[in-house]
Amino acid sequence: MALLQISEPGMSTAPHQHRLAIGIDLGTTNSLVATVRSGLAVVLDDMAGHSLLPSVVRYHADGRVEVGYPAQAAQNADPRNTIVSAKRFMGRGLSDIDDASALPYRFVDAPGMVQLSTAAGVKSPVEVSAAILKTLRDRAEVALGGELVGVVITVPAYFDDAQRQATKDAAQLAGLNVLRLLNEPTAAAIAYGLDNASEGIYAVYDLGGGTFDISILKLSKGVFEVLATNGDSALGGDDFDQRIFCWMVEQGRFQPLSPGDMRLLLTKARDAKEALTDHTEARVTVMLSTGEMLDATLTQADFNAMTAGLVSKTLAPTRKALRDAGLAVEDVKGVVMVGGSTRMPCVRQAVADYFHQTPLTNLDPDKVVALGAAMQADILAGNRAGDDWLLLDVIPLSLGLETMGGLTEKVIPRNTTIPTARAQDFTTFKDGQTAMSVHVLQGERELAVDCRSLARFELRGIPPMVAGAARIRVTFQVDADGLLSVSAREQSTGVEASVQVKPSYGLGDEEITRMLKDAFTHAKDDMRARALNEQVVDAQGLIAATRAALAEDGELLSADEAAAVEAGIAALEALLAGSDHLAIKRGIEALNAATTEFAQRRMDRNVRRAMAGQKLETFG
Amino acid sequence: MAVTLSERAAQHVSGFLARRGKGIGIRLGVRTTGCSGMAYKLEFADETPEGDEVYESHGVKIFVDPKSLPYIDGTELDYAREGLNEGFKFNNPNVKNECGCGESFNV
Repeated sequence: MALLQISEPGMSTAPHQHRLAIGIDLGTTNSLVATVRSGLAVVLDDMAGHSLLPSVVRYHADGRVEVGYPAQAAQNADPRNTIVSAKRFMGRGLSDIDDASALPYRFVDAPGMVQLSTAAGVKSPVEVSAAILKTLRDRAEVALGGELVGVVITVPAYFDDAQRQATKDAAQLAGLNVLRLLNEPTAAAIAYGLDNASEGIYAVYDLGGGTFDISILKLSKGVFEVLATNGDSALGGDDFDQRIFCWMVEQGRFQPLSPGDMRLLLTKARDAKEALTDHTEARVTVMLSTGEMLDATLTQADFNAMTAGLVSKTLAPTRKALRDAGLAVEDVKGVVMVGGSTRMPCVRQAVADYFHQTPLTNLDPDKVVALGAAMQADILAGNRAGDDWLLLDVIPLSLGLETMGGLTEKVIPRNTTIPTARAQDFTTFKDGQTAMSVHVLQGERELAVDCRSLARFELRGIPPMVAGAARIRVTFQVDADGLLSVSAREQSTGVEASVQVKPSYGLGDEEITRMLKDAFTHAKDDMRARALNEQVVDAQGLIAATRAALAEDGELLSADEAAAVEAGIAALEALLAGSDHLAIKRGIEALNAATTEFAQRRMDRNVRRAMAGQKLETFG
Repeated sequence: MAVTLSERAAQHVSGFLARRGKGIGIRLGVRTTGCSGMAYKLEFADETPEGDEVYESHGVKIFVDPKSLPYIDGTELDYAREGLNEGFKFNNPNVKNECGCGESFNV
């Protein structure tokens, strides 16, 4: 017997047509999935009762992929193949990642987006994110008992087109239908029902495990507009743990720590921090593997004192964001707290003091973004009655036309709420002109070439008239799904032409289809490219090893034999210039074959060397 | 005969109503659709639907439209958890057979 949920009045679904929709908070550190059940947004737990899924993916050489806690547990043991924080690499090139050299990954610089070389081959951040999304999708399908109609995924407000598109691609790869990408601060505001609140300015203060974001939102007519964002990508709850860790080392006068003890102390530090959320003091007892002991009490006052610097570090970006938005603290109507670290009383107090008001904290700050996304997904899937419809989307970039001289004429300015329709009249440029080309553009730039081209179509059959006499009305219409249709109509004769485009983050329908197709065709290309890469790496390794062997033990070979090996190396090097991975593979095999005898002799000599001077019984 | 709620179902309905912030009860009904003839309807009620039968069970008002009543009279609505999924379950004595998934049924 199927389990039913209560629907809104008049919104019961036909059997087998449940509109199951979910919201996903695809986080840097942790990800969550939520849905709306009987009108109530809830986060879906996994079988073990965990709501958070660590955003960690581990690739095994045999192709197995682990996601979440098991992957996280292997983070220290297998850092190169365990990808943490892939979100930071989404839509980024290698040059965009400042600290690439400090990270344990083998980055592969690829056009567009950096790739990661793992035991299971080269993976793009999109694939890593897709693995996380797929895990959450499976969790949701089991929990909801059916197929999902769609998903709303949250992204940071500062994500650009490339990062947003990468997120969408990841969702498509995970088999999810993206109803919409939603800005994280907007999702948090929705979870608190601020979209139903009165118009005004809201601040969203998001202090996570390792990042801090502040967003200033403006709500007008049910639409959130992001006015400004700021933050610190290297500041979060982990820094607070670190301060307690230092305090413990000081208190215990510990000697330099082993990695295991360090992890133990960091875990204890986190426990103490969490205990201080509800208590005025926390007792810390630790015994290290060296036998050293610590039994001390950390008071909230001490903790606040040692972390005051961290808290005030969040206020500098906050001030800056407000300044960028041209606003004062008094203009802010409400403050939403997001991220587990905002549970700390010292953080709440500092935010309250700064904004002169109590921040909103009654929802779980770890879940608030996912809950908001789920609520938005529920609406977009059509599970709410018409009067509950929220207008949440604005056009991110202006829509317009190319006019004579390659200039852009904006028809719908950016931040216009959708659905919307605007019309503008144009005329002919030459006497007797019977056709007009309409070039639809998106962007803020003045020159058409600098804007993104969305579509082109022609209006034919204009009656011959003197230049400037024809009246051609071009109408831009964007429906609630973000679908843009453009039509042109000659007013006197009624001849008409139109085109439909989908300006989702500036991508046309064809482009989206192409990208989708690319995902499939690229699968082959990627495989070929990967195979080539692998063979090239193998070949280079073999050449280097052979050269080293020649330098070391070259005298084991006769002149002819040495020449044969050299010839094998030269042949393989020649193949490396090409891109035929099979040929390279054959070259590797050939060189391997040519050096087998050489390797054998080297082995014999090494064994003899190792055994020289040893008594026989040593080996007995 | 009547339509009732199990205690657990009533608790959940009350909870959902409270969190939703409006509504006076729930409305049960059937409609002819689905692969096995009829399907249940389960909705929030914001106002007393005209002509509906009204029952009260564990403090929750249940509205049933008179045309549906013969098909679901005697039903107890329960709240169940099956693995990760959870939701409402119709224990309907009138059902002769239902489709494999139980979303639609026959009397």
